[in-house]
Amino acid sequence: MSDSSPLWEVFVRARRGLAHTHVGSLHAPDAELALRNARDLYTRRQEGVSIWVVPASGITASSPDEKDAFFDPAADKVYRHPTFYEVPEGVAHL
Amino acid sequence: MNGPFAFTLALGDDALIAAQRLAEWTTRAPEMEEDIALANIALDQLGAARLLLSYAGELEGAGRDEDALAYLRDDREFRNCLLVELPNGDFAVTMAKLLALSAYQLPLYTALAGCADERLAAIGAKARKESAYHLDHAALWVKRLGDGTEESHRRMQAGIDQVWPYVHELFAAPPGAPVDPATLRGDFDTTVAAVLAEATLTLPDSGWAPGGGRDGVHTEHLSYLLAEMQVLARAHPGARW
Repeated sequence: MSDSSPLWEVFVRARRGLAHTHVGSLHAPDAELALRNARDLYTRRQEGVSIWVVPASGITASSPDEKDAFFDPAADKVYRHPTFYEVPEGVAHL
Repeated sequence: MNGPFAFTLALGDDALIAAQRLAEWTTRAPEMEEDIALANIALDQLGAARLLLSYAGELEGAGRDEDALAYLRDDREFRNCLLVELPNGDFAVTMAKLLALSAYQLPLYTALAGCADERLAAIGAKARKESAYHLDHAALWVKRLGDGTEESHRRMQAGIDQVWPYVHELFAAPPGAPVDPATLRGDFDTTVAAVLAEATLTLPDSGWAPGGGRDGVHTEHLSYLLAEMQVLARAHPGARW
């Protein structure tokens, strides 16, 4: 089945203004059918207004083995967080 | 039977029997995604059937509700077309049936949406969006199977050949119908021709046009389907979850 029906990753936009979010994966023989399958599997309870499907083989992922080199160096660099500013009083939406 | 009642009942029975047949695929479809897709389509048909049969019961005025009409009539009292009661066959036969049914229901519901009867107009407006998706789904598979491998082409053509004689019955209207199905034939033919051309399939050149469903004269397949569909309601009258 994996030959004729490769794996696709599905991203759904819940409503206008939000980003597409990964919701799961599915098997389908081509992109058009993957989109229909995604519609039936992931938006049957009005979960979204837009769907992306991406071949799983097209995704390059970071490896768990590289976790230390990739992510740990950021752990002690607190100055990268915007927390050293005084927020003036009366500024809304911050 | 008065005209609006007979017409609404026929449409409701089409949807109900189509739903029951499609539901037979549940857990048996070629792949899990298709299993859910067919169940979704079956539930769409069932939803339309409930609205149509409820309204048919009101038009009849004899106190029968949707359940009485669905579960307590015998085969000779059903008015569905023969197309929907035919066995599912293989997946290609089912897709040929769905293509014919949705290419008929889409212009029918669209025409109903603009008719003078407000209830039927509301049902048509809701159901036509669902039919558009059913047609899209069926067309997608008919094209892929028809223009696929030698074996898938052979089986898809066999499916079309098998169900097509039953299409002609769809366009005969009961008297007094708010929409004359004969006027939908052009739309239907155009839709189907485009799909089949892309699928490299041809329509069978047969003069055979079985009918009788609208008069309650069915194939033997309907009786078996009803036996399974109605057994619970008949064995336990008024049963509730």
